[in-house]
Amino acid sequence: MSIEVRFHIDKEDFSLNVDLKLPAQGVTAFFGPSGCGKTTLLRAIAGLEESAKDQNSYLKVGNEIWHNDTFFLPPHKRQIGYVFQEASLFTHLNVQRNLEYGLKRIARSERKVSLEKAIELLGISSLLKRRVDQLSGGERQRVAIAQALAVSPRILLMDEPLAALDMTRKQEILPYLDSLHDELDIPVIYVSHSASEVARLADHLVYLEEGRVLAMGNISEMLTQLDLPLAHREDAEALIEAQVAAHDDDYNLTYVDFPGGRFTVTKKDFPVGHSVRLRVVARDVSITLERQSDTSILNIFPVTVEDMVAENEAQLMVRLSATGTPLLSRITRKSASLLGLEKGKSVYIQVKSVALLP
Amino acid sequence: MLTDSDLTALFITLKLAGLTTLILLLLGTPLAWWMARSRWRFKFLLEAVIALPLVLPPTVLGFYLLLTLGPHGPVGGLMKSLGGQPLAFTFTGLVIGSVFYSLPFVVQPLQSAFTTIGNRPLEVAATLRASPLDRFFTVAVPLARPGFLTAAVLGFAHTIGEFGVVLMIGGNIPGQTQVLSIAIYDHVEGLEYGQAHWLSGGLLLLSFLMLISVYGLNRRFTVLHP
Repeated sequence: MSIEVRFHIDKEDFSLNVDLKLPAQGVTAFFGPSGCGKTTLLRAIAGLEESAKDQNSYLKVGNEIWHNDTFFLPPHKRQIGYVFQEASLFTHLNVQRNLEYGLKRIARSERKVSLEKAIELLGISSLLKRRVDQLSGGERQRVAIAQALAVSPRILLMDEPLAALDMTRKQEILPYLDSLHDELDIPVIYVSHSASEVARLADHLVYLEEGRVLAMGNISEMLTQLDLPLAHREDAEALIEAQVAAHDDDYNLTYVDFPGGRFTVTKKDFPVGHSVRLRVVARDVSITLERQSDTSILNIFPVTVEDMVAENEAQLMVRLSATGTPLLSRITRKSASLLGLEKGKSVYIQVKSVALLP
Repeated sequence: MLTDSDLTALFITLKLAGLTTLILLLLGTPLAWWMARSRWRFKFLLEAVIALPLVLPPTVLGFYLLLTLGPHGPVGGLMKSLGGQPLAFTFTGLVIGSVFYSLPFVVQPLQSAFTTIGNRPLEVAATLRASPLDRFFTVAVPLARPGFLTAAVLGFAHTIGEFGVVLMIGGNIPGQTQVLSIAIYDHVEGLEYGQAHWLSGGLLLLSFLMLISVYGLNRRFTVLHP
């Protein structure tokens, strides 16, 4: 299944022009600065954007047309779940009744996610009898996500669900979002302007700026593309898909394999063969011409230099390929010239630290 | 104490106010909903028309209604040609007059309640598979509950208090169109101050109690639904 999207929306001070084919699996992030049109695009997919109605629009989900020149499927007939930026629960209903509102309106045969499952996934069973105004911001958002899941959507649309929350609340919700990803087979479109959120949650990324798609692709590719701003953030990073290969009980370590070699990380209790994501921050990667043997660093890999872009007078961002897996390294211009770095050169990287994401 | 004719006037007044409020809630709800949501550029014209009874002397409104509903007016004439009665000086005429007279007192609180809800809860309901009508009854109406209470009580109380419109189109027919406010006027004219006191004091108390209940209940609702 895929989602074909074509919208040309003209508003007074803004226009959106997109023509996309999205993979309907995993988490697709619409990412970009505020005002880039990511929320308008999401609302148009949900059928909530009035201005999309009479303009040249096309939306096809799987093999169903939802919107074209002659047809507009109203929002309540689209099999979506929608989570708004500020949790918008019904204040005249308690938590339980909020959760049941959508559930009651779909046919029994459509119910693929049970209410119990949604409640369990979001950890809200103790809140069911509460009034909405007795919930904290984080609890509200968890209830709102469960409410959207309870209609067994074909796509779950999330509009910056964490933006209105402080850091602590965000940390409270992120694990639940991870578990959605792992436990339910519902494609998610996730709107965000936070690079760290996107890096953690997304599989695919659509980068929008001023109502246009600047680039799209899988997340590890997009994070390391030097012509996009993602690769030039303070904590620019690469994501690596890897599998747990073995555990070392003597040293309390875990070995994780990826196409470019084997990472050594502190022990994590994942079964051998489990897929994990490794996060390597550009400033933790240094470059050497020879493989160092007299170093405390365990994670050393042969790579080739793919591209280099000067970020300022002093620093360079280098994109490297470890047998096809892209990585970033931020070094000084001086180091680059001392090492004689150039595109295509074979070098070694030393990775000082690596984080393992579930 | 109250005489039989006073009691009849009280009964007619309550019947008139109740019926008027009911009709206004039925007509005013869709009207207020439309006013709250429409982006029609000439909406302000309609808003001004609805607000007219707030500023117009009731006798002016009553005068034009009398012309319209009387035997020579367009509506009265039509009724007559269909074999009916002209509506002036009947209870039905009173109800029609009251509906116009109290219209803003019902429409405005409802409109402002619907506006306050905003679009968001309705969008949420739409993404949860609720059709437009379903959204109206299960989301808009319950969330606008304080507005409905205010509209009903203000419409009712304002109708009880009307005088000029009633006098113009209802006349003062005991048992048919004589309402409390006119009965009080009659008592004062006849120097029956004792009777006038009973009726006036009663109306004062009733009006005060109704307003207390609106403000009291709405405060509770506000606490429940911030």
